[in-house]
Amino acid sequence: MSTETKEKLRYERPMIRKMNAGLMNKFGTRTEYQPTSHIDTVPVKRIIEQYGSPCFVISERTIRKTYQSALRAFKTRYPKVQFAWSYKTNYLDAVCKVFHQEGAWAEVVSGFEYEKAIRNGVPGNKILFNGPDKSIAELKQAIENESTIHIDHFDELYDLIEIVETSKKKAKVAIRVNMDVGVYPMWDRFGFNYESYQAWNAITKIMNCEKMDLVGLHCHIGTFMLTAGAYGIAASKLCDLAVNIKAKWNKTIQYLDLGGGFASTNTLRGSYLPGNDISPSFDDYAEIITSTILNYGFKQEDLPLLMLETGRALIDDAGYLVGSVLANKRLSDGRRATIMDFGVNILFTAFWYEHKISPAQEFTHHSEDMVVFGPLCMNIDKVRESVNLPLLNRGDQVVVHKVGAYNMTQWMQFIAMRPNVVMIDMKGEVHLIRKNETIDTLTDLESIPEHLKTFKF
Amino acid sequence: MKILTNIAVSESGYLFNPTNGDSFSSNLVATDIITLMKQNKTSDEIKKALHAKYDVEKSTIERDYDEFIQELGDNYLLSTDGK
Ligand SMILES: Cc1ncc(COP(=O)(O)O)c(C=O)c1O
Repeated sequence: MSTETKEKLRYERPMIRKMNAGLMNKFGTRTEYQPTSHIDTVPVKRIIEQYGSPCFVISERTIRKTYQSALRAFKTRYPKVQFAWSYKTNYLDAVCKVFHQEGAWAEVVSGFEYEKAIRNGVPGNKILFNGPDKSIAELKQAIENESTIHIDHFDELYDLIEIVETSKKKAKVAIRVNMDVGVYPMWDRFGFNYESYQAWNAITKIMNCEKMDLVGLHCHIGTFMLTAGAYGIAASKLCDLAVNIKAKWNKTIQYLDLGGGFASTNTLRGSYLPGNDISPSFDDYAEIITSTILNYGFKQEDLPLLMLETGRALIDDAGYLVGSVLANKRLSDGRRATIMDFGVNILFTAFWYEHKISPAQEFTHHSEDMVVFGPLCMNIDKVRESVNLPLLNRGDQVVVHKVGAYNMTQWMQFIAMRPNVVMIDMKGEVHLIRKNETIDTLTDLESIPEHLKTFKF
Repeated sequence: MKILTNIAVSESGYLFNPTNGDSFSSNLVATDIITLMKQNKTSDEIKKALHAKYDVEKSTIERDYDEFIQELGDNYLLSTDGK
C-alpha cells in the first residue's frame, strides 16, 4: 500500500493466476518475501538516491559479527587459531581493513594482492603468499618481508632454492598439499599430491635446503564444501605429514593451514534445498577439524597453530546489491520476465547461486513466477532462471542478498560500468568505499594511433 | 475484446469460469479491469478509470492493459464470438 499518495492507490500490474489446487511446482509455493526496505537501519531508497542504482552495500556490522562467530566456533574448541583474510574474495581496502582490525592476517594469491596487503599496513610476516604465479622479484620481496611463501609446484621450489643461495635471510615456507578427501572432482592442480608422495618429496627437498624454514603445511580442498567431513580427512593428512616431519628431522611444524572453502548460506543453482538448510555451520566445520588435530597425538608443546583462509563464508552475508526494475515483459511462452539494472556483469555469482531477491518496498500478497534478466544485450545475462516474486513495477527497487564474496573482485567491465560500493558503519553511517567507474576510467587507458584520429563519412 | 459473460468475479479477486471450472485469483487492478469489462466499458474508459484511481502513468497502463488482455485470452477468458 502506498503511503506517499493519499488520493491514489499504489499501482500494481494487473495479474491473474490460475489456481490449481494441490499442484506444487519445483519452486514450492512458499512466498517467504518480506520487503527489505532498510539495510542496517539505512533506507534502501536513500542509498539509491545518493549513490545511484545499482549499488553494492556492505554491512560492517555483519562482517564483524560473522567473523566473531567463526572465531568463537574454533577458539572454544582449540587453543591456537588464526584467520588470514582471503583477499581474492573481496579485496576492497575498507573490507580488508575491517578483517585486519578484527585480527585477521592476509592471504594473497598474486603480486598485486600482496602489494595491496602491504599498502593496507599488514606486516610482511602476517601475509601468507599463495598461488601458482609468483615472480622472482615477488619471491625475493616476500623473503625480505618474512612472509610465508606457500609453494605450489616444483618449479617454484627450484626458483626458491636458487634465490636463497644469495639472499641474506632464510625463506619462510610452507607447501600446499593436494589430496583425496572423498570429494570429486579432486582439486589436484594446485600444490603437491599427498597420496603419491609428491608432497613428501617436496618436504624432503626443503628440509635439505638450509636456507629454507618449513613453518607450515597448507591445503585448500575446494570451495563451497557441503561436507564438513572432508576437512577431517584433510586435517588428518596434514597431521600425518607434520608427525612424520617431527619423527624424521625433529622439526616442529608451526601451523597447519586448512585453507578456505566453507559454504556460505547461499543456495547453489539447481539445489532443491535452500542453503540455509544444508550448509554446515562454523561449528560443524570447527568440530571436525579441531577434534581431528587434538586427537592426533601431538605433544602439547608441538600442537600446531590452526590457520584458516575462509573467504566466502565470512563475507557473503555482509554484501547486498540494491537495484531497480528497468522493465517488465511477457515472453512468447507466456512467462513473465523482469529486467533489472544489474546483471551478471556485476553479479558474477548469479552463475553459481540462486540469489534471494527482495523488493525494497511494500507489496501485496500476489506473486508470480518470473525470469529475472540483467540489462546486458547478451543471452547469458540471467540473474534468476525462475523465481517467484511479488509483482514488480518499473522503477521498483530490489535488494539482492548475500553477494559479499567474489562479486566485487570478479565483476566485469562489460557493456556497463561498475557501480558505487558503499559501507554502512557500526553507527549506521554510509561511506562511499569505491567510486563508480565513468567512461574516463576506461578511455584514459586507451590511446589512438595518429592516423585513426579523424574520419569522414 | 469482450470477457466471457458468465465469468463470476468476487470483490476479493476470486474468478470462476463455469464453462470449464477454472478458477483464478486476481489482484486489485485485474479485478477492476474485469469488473469494468463485465460492465461493457470500452478499453479507453477502463484505462481512464484506472488512471484516476491509481498512482500510475498513462503509458504504463496502456502497455499493461494490452498484455493483460492477452493473458485473459491465453486463459480462455475472452469470448471468441465477435470482437
Ligand atoms: C588458497 C585459497 N585459500 C582460500 C580461498 C578462499 O576460499 P573460500 O571463499 O571458498 O572460503 C581460496 C579460494 O579459492 C583459495 O584459493
